[in-house]
Amino acid sequence: MFKTRVLIVEDEPNIMESLSFILQRADFDIDTAPDGVEALRQLRRHTYSALILDLMLPGISGLDVLRSVRSDKALEALPVIVLSAKGQAADRKAAETTGATAFITKPFSNAEVIDRVRELTGG
Amino acid sequence: MLPVNLVVLVCLAYVSLLFLVAFAGDRKASRGPSGWLSSPLVYTLSISIYCTSWTFFGAVGSAARSGAEFVTIYLGPVVVFAGWWLFLRKLVTVGRVYNTTSIADLISARFGKSPALGALITIMALIGTTPYIALQLKALTSSFQVITFPAGAVVAASVELEPDFVTAFWVAIGLCVFSILFGVRNINVNEHHHGVIAAIAVEALVKLSALLAVGLWVVFALADTSATVFENAPVSLANPDSFGTRWVALCFLAGAAVICLPRQFQVTVVENTSDRQLRTASWLFPLYLFLICLFILPIAIAGLRFLPEGSDPDLFVLTLPLTAGQDAIALLAFLGGFSSATSMVIVSSIALSTMISNHIVMPIAVGLGMVASAGGQTTRGFILRVRRTSICVIIMLGFVYFWLSGTSGALAAIGLISFCGVAQFLPSLVGGLYWRRATQAGAITGLSAGFIIWCYTLFLPSFEGAFLLSAEVIENGPFGWFWLKPHALFGLTEFDPLVHALFWSMSINIALFIGVSLLTEPTPLAQLQATLFIDVFRRQTESELSVIRRTARISELRQLAGRILGPEETILLFQAEETHERSSIASDELISLVEARLAANVGAASARSLVSQVVTSETIGVEELKRLAGEAEQIRAYSAELERKSQQIEATAAELAKANRQLREIDIQKDEFLSQVSHEVRTPMTSIRSFSEILLEHRDLDEARKLHFLGIIQSESFRLTRLLDGILDLNTQDPGEQTWENEAFDPEAAIDHAIETCEPLARAAGVKIRRRRARNVRVIGSRDRLTQVFINLISNAIKHNPNKGPEVMVSSLRRGASYEARVKDNGPGIAADNRENIFIKFYRGRDALASGVGLGLPISRQIVKRFGGELCLSEGKAVGAEFIVRLPMYRTKAGEA
Repeated sequence: MFKTRVLIVEDEPNIMESLSFILQRADFDIDTAPDGVEALRQLRRHTYSALILDLMLPGISGLDVLRSVRSDKALEALPVIVLSAKGQAADRKAAETTGATAFITKPFSNAEVIDRVRELTGG
Repeated sequence: MLPVNLVVLVCLAYVSLLFLVAFAGDRKASRGPSGWLSSPLVYTLSISIYCTSWTFFGAVGSAARSGAEFVTIYLGPVVVFAGWWLFLRKLVTVGRVYNTTSIADLISARFGKSPALGALITIMALIGTTPYIALQLKALTSSFQVITFPAGAVVAASVELEPDFVTAFWVAIGLCVFSILFGVRNINVNEHHHGVIAAIAVEALVKLSALLAVGLWVVFALADTSATVFENAPVSLANPDSFGTRWVALCFLAGAAVICLPRQFQVTVVENTSDRQLRTASWLFPLYLFLICLFILPIAIAGLRFLPEGSDPDLFVLTLPLTAGQDAIALLAFLGGFSSATSMVIVSSIALSTMISNHIVMPIAVGLGMVASAGGQTTRGFILRVRRTSICVIIMLGFVYFWLSGTSGALAAIGLISFCGVAQFLPSLVGGLYWRRATQAGAITGLSAGFIIWCYTLFLPSFEGAFLLSAEVIENGPFGWFWLKPHALFGLTEFDPLVHALFWSMSINIALFIGVSLLTEPTPLAQLQATLFIDVFRRQTESELSVIRRTARISELRQLAGRILGPEETILLFQAEETHERSSIASDELISLVEARLAANVGAASARSLVSQVVTSETIGVEELKRLAGEAEQIRAYSAELERKSQQIEATAAELAKANRQLREIDIQKDEFLSQVSHEVRTPMTSIRSFSEILLEHRDLDEARKLHFLGIIQSESFRLTRLLDGILDLNTQDPGEQTWENEAFDPEAAIDHAIETCEPLARAAGVKIRRRRARNVRVIGSRDRLTQVFINLISNAIKHNPNKGPEVMVSSLRRGASYEARVKDNGPGIAADNRENIFIKFYRGRDALASGVGLGLPISRQIVKRFGGELCLSEGKAVGAEFIVRLPMYRTKAGEA
């Protein structure tokens, strides 16, 4: 059987590493993208069960990535977990109206991320 | 006796001579009023019409009857003229400056150009002068009777002559013709009668030389020496009672008369053309009076000594030479008396006719609208006819008085009645020139009361029951009321009639003048005139004071001027105005000018009412004006203050708004900054937490992995520490508080390191970094810090560059003792109003959210400052933003960098 495949978009290499590690250990298939452009390219190439998206990205922002995901017919239903280091309510709100499925504030607990991904991927 | 024909012939010849002089005078004056005509000598001689036939004949009579009392008649004028700078100078200057035509004109003008006052004074002057003219008629008639007496001079001297009213009538007719021909051939500007004045001057010389001739003859031919004369002086001449109240009263009266008599006012004030004339007259006129007086006592003594008992002393001057058979001297004496009388009558009637036409007939004519409707020349003709008629009326009134009063009274007594009458003008005249508070009502009441008392106590009783007051009333008072007896009013019996009349009339006149003035308010025009007259030496003009603003149509004003002034003068008057501007509305100045010219012809009051027919005026009271000025000043001050305040408030408001805007911006910046700081802190925290959890949860990890994760945790902790240090740096006030490890290093290395660090970012954003390096440079400071500054500058340049072909240029060079590095991009640049903001703490451009560095420019600037250098934005207008870092170079001992 195939593992559930998840795309992580994060510009901070250390955070990327920790996210990859915990999700692999939780038996997910992981792809990574350091910025929005790369993320969109990968989203078009593969089919993912979930997307973990950092908001603060160099170049096009996380919200822009989310917007193009939601405007794409094929990705409409993709569960998107938004990560943000800016804990303000305004950011959460902006993310939710743009179409985020879940919102997790940095620093996060590893368990919370894994639970949320499992929950959304039906695993 | 002298043959009647001879006397008449001599008189006619003499009159013809006077005409010639007058004609020559007018001819000369028409070519310009200068030379001998306006000489102080002629002016002084004309003033000597003060010495009438009363002086010529009557002074001797007075001396024979009352001793030295006659001197008072000369003493008063001498005081007035010797002290000319006290009062006379001001009076004459006012008259000259404001073209006064008569005493009535001056007083009415002073009190607001009041027609009522003008008319009142004219009537008073007319009645007051009538006895005086009668006096001249009497003197002329008597002297003519004596010199032509058929029975011979000796008899003539001794008999009481019946007054010859037929002769008097013809003399009066002659004087009318004479005066009209002399004085009223035309209306002159300023009422200057140059011809008449010239003739009067000649007459003054004739009467002086005649009196001197008689005197010299008496002293040196008749009595051998003056010693002989005085040896024969009768005891009555040294009357000690002479120096009493009457003496003082007479001095006062004579002093008042030399100013207030219409003819004296005419020659002294109206005919005056310069201060120089008055200056000379102030000593020359007293000298003239002295010469006139010189032989009066000798002649009087000789008359009493040599002429039969009962001879009329008023005719000694004539009868002495006649009885001695000195026909030539007698004829000269007759001519002297003739000169005195005629000059007085001519000038008096001219002065009075001017007053009557200006202050009685003109106001009535103006009131009836006759002047406005009459054509140009006819108005001038009308005025001339009025004046000629007036002269006849004046002289005929004198004749009537002579006829009614008959033989009563000596010459001197009649003269004093006139003196007392005109002296009533004095309070208003003096008060008008010195007392601002004096009002028209005060002048009118004072004058009227004084005049009525004078009439009742002196003038009417002089007819001795022949006119209005019966002898009964004069003796016992009306209805037997003794306290109303004309010569002892309210029981005052100590004084003789003249002093009594003077006392009551003057004290009540003055009391009412002052009292009523204090109780009433002067009109605005009167206040204006008061200022003009009282401050005459300051020479303000009416328009300068600007109390009254007037407007008129030029055409109407011109028409009006034409009627009175005649076409030639009118054209001259309006010429300037026409060449000036073709406005149809006359200026205030023009109206004042026209009024002044009209006033010179018809008097101020009439001129005022004439002009007011075509003028609309706006009168503002002086007090009102002062109040308005005060208010305006206050309002001006208030509004200036308000303006200043509102400017201050505006400035403050602008400052506040600016501060508020800055605060708001800072607030937003602070929020953004905090959010940025939060992000910057949370990022390493995220790694630390996440890896800590991994290490705690997954004990099965191999050692290498554990170490790797722990390394991450450690480096992220360091990162966190650095971040907090940065924030603390930003808030450090004293740059020296924190010690940095200072070392000399190559700043180019710091730049290289910064570019290296930014390389991945640049690659990701497709930005090309170009580099130009300096050689052999060293600066002192912290290398890491400088690297931090350049990372910040370069990453900013990369991040804020939406250009299609984004580029960042990093160049450095030596500039004198400085090292200068520039970081330039080809983006949109920094907006002008943001140039300084970007260096402010917490400030971040709105589009700068993507930046990962956070603290940015403020920290960089602080760091560079601590190096002793500066970080600024290039002033250049070139494309993109260019940041400049300037640092002082480090010098080795060898002087090499």
